[in-house]
Order: sequence, then C-alpha cells, then structure tokens
Amino acid sequence: MSIPLFYFVAFLSIFFALMVIFAKNPIHSVLYLIITFFTFTIHYVLLNAQFLAIVNFIVYMGAIMVLFLFVLMLLNLNKDTEPMKSNFVKIAGVIAGMCFLVTLVGSVKTLHISEPVLLINPGLGLVKNLGQVLFSKFLLPFEISSILLLSAMVGAVLLAKKEPKNI
Amino acid sequence: MESLSNRKKVIEQKPLNIWERMYLPAIFRGMAITFGHMFKKKETVFYPEQERPISENWRGLHSLKRDEEGRERCTACGLCALACPAEAITMIAAERQKGEEHLYREEKYAAVYEINMLRCIFCGLCEEACPKEAIYLDGPYITADYLRKDFIYGKDKLVEDPLK
Amino acid sequence: MELAFVIEKFILVSLIFAITLGIAAYSTLAERKVAGFLQDRVGPNRAGPAGMLQPLFDGLKMFFKEEIIPNESNKFLFILGPSLALLTACIGSAVIPWGTQLDIAGKTVELQVADINVGILYIFGIVSLGVYGTMIGGWASNNKFSLMGAIRAASQSISYEIAMGLSIIALLMLTGTLSLKEIAMQQDGFWADGWFTWNIFKQPIGFLIFIICAFAECNRTPFDLPECETELVGGFHTEYSGMKLGSFLFSEYINMFVSSAVMSTLYFGGYNFPFMHNLGLSDNLVTILGILALFIKIICFIFLFMWVRWTIPRFRYDQLMNLGWKILIPLAIANIAITGIVITLIEKNAG
Repeated sequence: MSIPLFYFVAFLSIFFALMVIFAKNPIHSVLYLIITFFTFTIHYVLLNAQFLAIVNFIVYMGAIMVLFLFVLMLLNLNKDTEPMKSNFVKIAGVIAGMCFLVTLVGSVKTLHISEPVLLINPGLGLVKNLGQVLFSKFLLPFEISSILLLSAMVGAVLLAKKEPKNI
Repeated sequence: MESLSNRKKVIEQKPLNIWERMYLPAIFRGMAITFGHMFKKKETVFYPEQERPISENWRGLHSLKRDEEGRERCTACGLCALACPAEAITMIAAERQKGEEHLYREEKYAAVYEINMLRCIFCGLCEEACPKEAIYLDGPYITADYLRKDFIYGKDKLVEDPLK
Repeated sequence: MELAFVIEKFILVSLIFAITLGIAAYSTLAERKVAGFLQDRVGPNRAGPAGMLQPLFDGLKMFFKEEIIPNESNKFLFILGPSLALLTACIGSAVIPWGTQLDIAGKTVELQVADINVGILYIFGIVSLGVYGTMIGGWASNNKFSLMGAIRAASQSISYEIAMGLSIIALLMLTGTLSLKEIAMQQDGFWADGWFTWNIFKQPIGFLIFIICAFAECNRTPFDLPECETELVGGFHTEYSGMKLGSFLFSEYINMFVSSAVMSTLYFGGYNFPFMHNLGLSDNLVTILGILALFIKIICFIFLFMWVRWTIPRFRYDQLMNLGWKILIPLAIANIAITGIVITLIEKNAG
C-alpha cells in the first residue's frame, strides 16, 4: 500500500501510545490504548494480513481492553486516592527507565536499513493460507501454545474455586 | 406439630427433573401463552370517544344544586368545609338583598364557593354533611390542566345550570 | 478505483443506512404495538393512521427535549458514549449480503457493501466493540447506578461472546469459509442432496446458543441487566436525556436489526428461499424476491426478540453468569466435538 498512508498511521500509533503514558486519568489512558490498538489493526490491514487484523481487533480491542476498563472502573482511581510515591520507588523507576533506554539505543544501533518490504507471498495473511501454515509447518508450536493456554485456564479455575469450608 | 385448624397444606418441593431444568419447554409454553393473547379481545377503552360505564354511586365533580324554582340551595353554613377531611372547600357568605329572592333560596348565600380539586379526595363527606341537600358529587371526571390555580373550581364551574 | 464503482457503493450504502434506520425507527413502534397486543391492549394508535407516525413524533420529542449533562461528569466521554453506541451499531451491516446480484442496464451490481473474506469475524469484532459505548457512557455519568450498569454490560458481553464464538466455530467447520457471501451461497435453494441446505437444519444446537448469545449481546430481555430499571433506575443511561438517550435506545434497535440479519444469513439461508430456481423467473426477479425473503426473515426475528421480551422475566445476575459459563460454553464445546465427529464420519463414507 502507499507509503504516505503508512507514515500517517504510524504517526497516529506513536502519538496515541505517548498519550497513553501522558494521560493523567487512568481511564483516558485505557481509551488511548484502545485507539493505539486500532491503529495496529490498520497496520495489519495495510500488510494484507486480514486475519491477524481482525483477531487483534476482537481479542485486544474487544475483550482484553474491556477487561482493563472493567477493572479500572471498579478501582475508581483518581488523583485524590493516588498514594504518594516514595523516593525509593522514584529512584528505582529512573534506573529502570535508563536501563530500558540503553537497551533500546543499543538495539537501534545494530539495526541497518533493510530492503523495502517485499512480501514473497502477498496472500500469506489470508485465513486459508494462515490456517494451512499453522496446521502443517507450525503444528507443534501451535499445539504447545494451546496446551499452555489450557493450563492457564485450569489454573484460573483452581484459583477462583471456593475453599472447602472447614467446620 | 399437629395443626389445630387442619387447614395447613404441606407443599412438597420436588427437585426439578432434567426436562424441567432445561427451561426451554417452559419458555416455549410461556411464549405460546403470550402469543395466544395476540388474538384475544382487546380491553382498551378509547377514552375521549368512549367512556367506561360508571356505577350509580360514583363520586365525580361536585355540583351545587338548585331547587325546583331554580334558586341556589346553598346557604353558606360551612358544614361541608368543616366536614371536609382534605380542607378543600372554602367559601365567603353574603346576605341576600331585596330582589334576589329568585336567585337564592335562603337569606344567606355563598358569594364565593371554591373547591380545590387537587386537595379533594372525593370522599363524599360534604355531600353527607350538607343540611340543605345543596352539594352532590354527581359530575364527570376532573380533567387535566396546566396550572395549579386552574384546579381551584369556583361557582362558575360548580353551580348547576339554571332551569330552562 | 473508478468513479462508477464508488458511486455504486455509495448508493448501496445510503440505501442500506436508510433501510436500517427506517426499520429501527419502526421497530420502536412495533415494540410498543407487540407489547400492547401481547397484553390485550392496542398500543399507540393516535399519531397518524394506526399510530404510523409515532416514531416520527418520538424522534421529534427526543430532539426538542432538554439535554442535561451532569456537572461532575466527564463531558467529552459523556457525549462519546452514545455516539460510539450508535456508530458500532450502524457499521455492522456492511458485510451482510442482501442478495446475489442485480443486472441493471447490462451492469452487474453486487448487493453487498464489502465482501471481505473474514466477514463473520468482522461482525464479531463490531459486536465486541459495541459494549464500549455503554461502558464509557455509564462511567462518564459519574453515577453509581450508571457505573453498575456499565460493569454489568462489560462482564455480560465478554461472557456471552465466548459462547457465541464457539457456536460459530461449529458452523464454520461445516461451511469452511468465513465469508458471509459464500455461506449464503452454500445455502442455495432449500433442498439439495437429500437434506436441507439451510444451516439451521445442520446446526440446531449451534443456532440455539447463537440466538441466546445474540439476545445477551443486544441487551434485550431476559438479558437486559445493564439497564435493569427495577434495580438500577435506568442502568447505564440513568443520567442521559434528550437525543443522547435516544441514540442509546436507537442503537439497541439497530443492533437487533443487524443481529437478525446475521442470524438469517448464517442459519436461515439469507436471501435464499425454497424453489427459487424452479419458478422459471428471470434472475433479477429471483434476486428481488430473495431480498424480500431476507427482509421477511429479519422481521420475523425482530418479532421474536420482542415476543421474548414481553414473555420472559429478567435473569438474576448470578443466573446469567451460570447460564453463560456453566451451560452455554460447555454445550458449545460439545457441539463442536459432535460436529467434528459427524463431518469426519460423512467424509469417510463419501471417500
């Protein structure tokens, strides 16, 4: 697709990602995050990865962010109830941020300008092709990740289960 | 314990069987019942055009009666106002002048007679208190209005039309 | 992109919007009429002949009413909520195939706005977005009842989306495609190869789960807990008035329309009707009759929505969660397993 469109959407993604961090109100943060995810969906569509786009749309925007919003609404965080951060936390935060920055700079330095993206198989992102690849070439990782999800689900059920009452 | 009156009924609560626990049959039965009601006779009364039949002792709007010669019966004794539990009735009495004998039956009459229809509870105690049989609650419904002051009905609305 | 294509799509989109909004508007009247008839009344009948102008006057009233925005609310989000609700309700109809194709003056016009090959997933995504309007509106009102309504809406919509997705998976195993157009084409006619072609006859349990979840996603009784007036005053729209309230209510009816269209397309053959190829009619006429058939199906579903609303009382919240998690999801998974086994057996016999 056209390069200007990509740059525009990329600019939007980064802008809203920054807004997530700078927004004072946690609910606003989450809403900006939703918009950021929406721009990601547009990126996927531009890459002709329809399935990934729509799954990103459903899972991240439609389910996970609803849960985020749900939890934040229940917590009802606002400026008054925000506890004062101790100095220790602040210093730790600065150190962690610096480490992250160093890592980022290091990784950017090792980058080199790649060839313009050429999709070898432009139809790869379509559902049919993706399914065939998933169930033939990447069958083992796919099944292993599904077992991981299953075990996570069982764990969640165990955690949520009521303790048997001791009388 | 043994019931003395022998009217106690023990209702047995059986656990639902699998058919009942599916709920769907019950839901379909309920929906069949409501669907049947689509074709039943409608109970709607189209009010301004149609009116519901009212019983003989229905109490509606008050009317101040006239006697056989068309004179107002009310003598402004104030017993109705006294009897009124809702404090809805007020009146100002006046003395009958010479030449007004064809208008008022007694020597004293109500120059102003007001009933606040928002206060009135249509109990009919004024009717019973009246010694002159001057007030009866035999009118129609009280219609809606926009302002509170319009619900204070004066003599213009209460007194019966003069005899023809 | 050529101009003719853009104009064609533009006309189609405006037509679909007009029809969607018209049907949604008249659904409000139909709701009151159905409610009246089911309760031995006659419903609104004063505005115009048999009350036909009632939606018009209702809309007029909504527009002229005073808009109240609570002082302590978040004004931007308060306005964003109903707008989002209306938006997400409207864009769902983009992928529904309203008919096959019409030949107009030698030009073939597709009666579908966008034939994307992940049509069902698109609808699913729109449905999952639909809850944001409710949540944002409810939270921004800064009212405990609204917040409770918003939270209920969120958890209910997430719980029932899972069962809905699982019930669709069983259907997709049969059809082998995600495109709504192809699914509609597979259900051609009514009878083929010794069995019905409509998916309802192949996936009855899946349809049952799907329709229950559709009720829950549309916030219709018996799943209207987010706006349950006996407990939460007005739920998420307690603080809303005027046309903002109108948008919330209106989006509910549009949602009903779109989900009826989806159900007709997925399970009831969409624009197909029995004996469509045996009548000896021209292709255009068959297509037009097909569109009519689709709308009749949609109207039947909308009537079903209303019928259920005025028959079944509301669930308690724990009952709602039990139904979603403990009954519908296991049932949907069992349905997937059974469908898989049956498909394998049939393929083995055939091959």
